[in-house]
Amino acid sequence: MTLILDPWPWYISGPMIALVLFLLLMVGKSFGMSSNLRTLCSICGAGNTSGFFKFDWKSQRWNLVVVLGAIIGGYIGSHFLSTGLAVAIHPDTIENLNTLGFKSAGTSYLPSELFDNAVFTDMKGLLILSIGGLFVGFGARYAGGCTSGHAISGLSNLQWPSLIAVIGFFAGGLTMVHLIFPFIF
Amino acid sequence: MRTLIYLFIGILFGITMFKSEAASWFRIYEMFRFESFHMYGIIGSTVILGILMVQSIKHFNIPSFYGEPIVFTPKAKSVSRYLFGGIIFGLGWALAGACPGPMFTLIGAGFAPIIVVILASIFGTFLYGLVKDKLPH
Repeated sequence: MTLILDPWPWYISGPMIALVLFLLLMVGKSFGMSSNLRTLCSICGAGNTSGFFKFDWKSQRWNLVVVLGAIIGGYIGSHFLSTGLAVAIHPDTIENLNTLGFKSAGTSYLPSELFDNAVFTDMKGLLILSIGGLFVGFGARYAGGCTSGHAISGLSNLQWPSLIAVIGFFAGGLTMVHLIFPFIF
Repeated sequence: MRTLIYLFIGILFGITMFKSEAASWFRIYEMFRFESFHMYGIIGSTVILGILMVQSIKHFNIPSFYGEPIVFTPKAKSVSRYLFGGIIFGLGWALAGACPGPMFTLIGAGFAPIIVVILASIFGTFLYGLVKDKLPH
């Protein structure tokens, strides 16, 4: 039981994600989460503004059900399948985060500085979350996929475009963490 | 019935995202600092198993559970959209510490501020739809 309640090591987590990919393929679907953001735009009526959102979103309902499952899974994982929520990141990472002002590093699941409800009245925190989300949504659609669609589905299907996208993901992430973070935090 | 199967797969995915800590901002930050093998192990082992799986399905023409052929759509050839889009995505991924799967998992885990990230990412998708024809693809 502790095997389930402790954080899962990579060699359990990776095969579990592969199982999710396998199940989706075997029910005739594909693994890609960011396309749901486009579907949500269409449901909200974005088709009136751009032809990009004029498509039969009802054909994508299955993927919204997967999203609903991912939400329920988050609830189950955190409430019933975990004893502690601290993420044991590397001591050097913790030390670095402490110097940046992230006091919760090593003791919580997410940084309290960004994900405690107090952030709703913190302009800087709200900006960070909004700009982060904005770039994720814009970039995923521009690239035609995100971590699931490119890094997992695309690379598994040996697609060169997905490799380019993944290189882009890392170029962007490394730039943010090493070059831009020093100016933000 | 099929809806329940999708729900089950989603739940499995959500639990995995939470328990693997791939939904943790800290793990993403640590990954981009190359200070742990954890995230690389997750992505690497998934991709290796994924390649074996997809290539076997293609090679042996394995049908779906419903007996239908499994179709893989190749990605359109280009460099600019994948590179530029990828870089923008990466900038956001490192900042918000969540990609489009885990962000939903985090709602379930009870982190209300992730809603801001989700709404912003929907808005970002909308913005892309508005300017898409002016961007190099």
